[in-house]
Amino acid sequence: MSEASEVLFIEGGRVIDPASGLDGVRTVVLRGGRVAEVAERVERPRDARAIDARGKWVTPGFIDAHVHLREPGQEYKETVETGARAAVAGGFTAVLAMPNTVPPNDTVAVTELILARAARAGLARVYPVGCISKGQKGEELAEMGELFQAGCVAFSDDGKPVSSSGLMRRALEYALTFGVPLAVHEEDLALVGKGVMNEGPAATRLGLKGNPAQAEEVMVSRDVALAELTGGRLHVCHLSTAGAVRAVRAAKARGLRVTAEVAPHHLVLVDEDVARSGYDTDFKMAPPLRSEADRAAVQEALADGTIDCIATDHAPHSAVEKALEFDVAMNGIIGLETAFPVCLALVRAGKLTERRLVEALTLAPARIFGLPGGTLAPGAPADVAVLDPGAEWRCDPERLHSKSRNTPWKGTSMIGRCTHALVGGTLVHELARGER
Amino acid sequence: MIGRHRHLTGLEGLNREEILQVLDLATSMKEVLSRPLKKVPSLRGKLVVNLFFEASTRTRSSFEIASKVLSADAVNWTASASSVTKGETLIDTARNLEAMRPDVLVIRHPAGGAPQLVADHVACAVVSAGDGAHEHPSQGLLDCFTLREKLGTLEGKTVAIVGDVSHSRVARSDLHSMPKLGARVRLCGPPTMMPAGIERLGGCSVHHDLREAVEGADAVVMLRIQHERIGDPLIPGTREYSKLWGLNARKAADWLTPGCVILHPGPINRGVELSPEVADGARSVILDQVQNGVAVRMAILYLLAGGSPAEVHPAGGARS
Repeated sequence: MSEASEVLFIEGGRVIDPASGLDGVRTVVLRGGRVAEVAERVERPRDARAIDARGKWVTPGFIDAHVHLREPGQEYKETVETGARAAVAGGFTAVLAMPNTVPPNDTVAVTELILARAARAGLARVYPVGCISKGQKGEELAEMGELFQAGCVAFSDDGKPVSSSGLMRRALEYALTFGVPLAVHEEDLALVGKGVMNEGPAATRLGLKGNPAQAEEVMVSRDVALAELTGGRLHVCHLSTAGAVRAVRAAKARGLRVTAEVAPHHLVLVDEDVARSGYDTDFKMAPPLRSEADRAAVQEALADGTIDCIATDHAPHSAVEKALEFDVAMNGIIGLETAFPVCLALVRAGKLTERRLVEALTLAPARIFGLPGGTLAPGAPADVAVLDPGAEWRCDPERLHSKSRNTPWKGTSMIGRCTHALVGGTLVHELARGER
Repeated sequence: MIGRHRHLTGLEGLNREEILQVLDLATSMKEVLSRPLKKVPSLRGKLVVNLFFEASTRTRSSFEIASKVLSADAVNWTASASSVTKGETLIDTARNLEAMRPDVLVIRHPAGGAPQLVADHVACAVVSAGDGAHEHPSQGLLDCFTLREKLGTLEGKTVAIVGDVSHSRVARSDLHSMPKLGARVRLCGPPTMMPAGIERLGGCSVHHDLREAVEGADAVVMLRIQHERIGDPLIPGTREYSKLWGLNARKAADWLTPGCVILHPGPINRGVELSPEVADGARSVILDQVQNGVAVRMAILYLLAGGSPAEVHPAGGARS
């Protein structure tokens, strides 16, 4: 990071920094890997480097609380490096790496490997998430203390729920020692059954088995009750239903330590899109795309802060696992490189303010997981995204940086794109001139 | 082509005229089946491959016979459905078969949408012979054909469909076709067997009481109760099911109108959804359905394989 000590001016952009309440044209000065100054007029020394940000947004680097980097074990889908490359291309300067790798991240060795690969890549900051239970089997607690000391910032059995209420209770209690949240995949598997998409008219028409919205609501309600019992910190992953929104809203109103994230796809797509796509497995994920009413509820909850942050649930899979019958194809889609334009559409539709959008991508996840960044306040790490909110581009999966191609937005046109990403003052992504 | 369609993966996308196109042609085809020499050269040189991922002697034989009456060559390929980790993928299987240059690929598969996936990856015509709980278009068409034959028309008629609608591709194909021909459909069964939002498919009402559903109906389609659904747990057992939703001679005599006919896609669980007296009784048109199935499948294959009208047309349908 030889550039870290240097000075960089990001000039003339619209700086949106919800932490300081700032929204206006400013110049951001980065020095020594930190934010030095944000000001209307700054004298730039002639030899200092600069990024011309006129017409663009300048925000804290995005933080994605939910990414599957697949390393170790499934490097054919993604590696820490390719995932981090996709992250910075999407404006994310930090990601939380979910632990359902092979083997799962339930030991210090795996945590250290992820951190070492991330350091070698030198792109986004990667924060490992450790397992709640050994082997994600839902039977015994993982060694959270060691994982925390090794660098894990949260615990999760993501990909699977913690089905045992008893284990969940103990996990919430035990994690209190370290003050970190449990990021939980909320589905009651008995209700999910063999469901492969949201239960409702679309599933009925397609003849696919339904997974009812209540499978999520039941578990969120249970875990809210357990958060109350234990005083523990619950973070609801990829919240997708109106019922879960109600449960989280009520929990927050009662002062419980409950936070939630929503994925871009649940904000804009619905189960009928599975039908419209003709069984396209790039519309298959867990939790599944829900009804119009659920979509409206999560949009509203994101806008009013009931849902704290946006997290992509970036889940790369190879064509081998996706070019199959809908019933057997794997769950998940990639999302790092499309999150900003997909969510920006909500701003244009009047569902979300620009400030709230940026907050949900930066400050909110930083606060939940106790991470540096998420702000452009002087002294903060120089993690910055420069975004062109008017850039039109076509989502060509072949040209994305992720190793996998499983995106429902393939071939669609997008508006809004990250042009520069800086991590610790180092320029880690610059959109090629030909693409701008 | 059936109307605008190169494939037949379901009846949802077919309009009334397209459905009638198949039914009208099937009338001519049925006449061929009644000849002493049941063979016309319409699809000579054409190759039909039956790709079956589920056991189904009945449907497969029906397609096979339909192919042979039309002088097409028919090949049966039985396979097991793929999982993510083992075996050849569906797309690979389909491409391998396609390399043998079939004109029509008839596919049955336990996963909804599988024929669509195949159709997206091959050049030949694809006909669904049933996919998961999605659709069974040739069955829907033969049900319509049989009703039209027995009732004269579907216009203004009421059809009750009784049984496990949630797992039934037949019910869905019936629902996507009968209302387009003017019939009203009543669905009946325990709430555990009524899938969410089925009424939004249109043209139907949902009932849980058998008498309410079948009284005044012009036809009753009894669906097969699959034994694996017991303990799924959609129903406590077949004994109670047959008491509440099965049709026996007494219920038929008390509740059905004199002209009401009884259909069943087969195979029947005698004594569960239908008592033997009803299955073999005067109202039963179950064996007509089987015969009509061949005629309807001839029409489907003819239209999608691009047959020539030679010798099929006394009723005129094939020429239009």
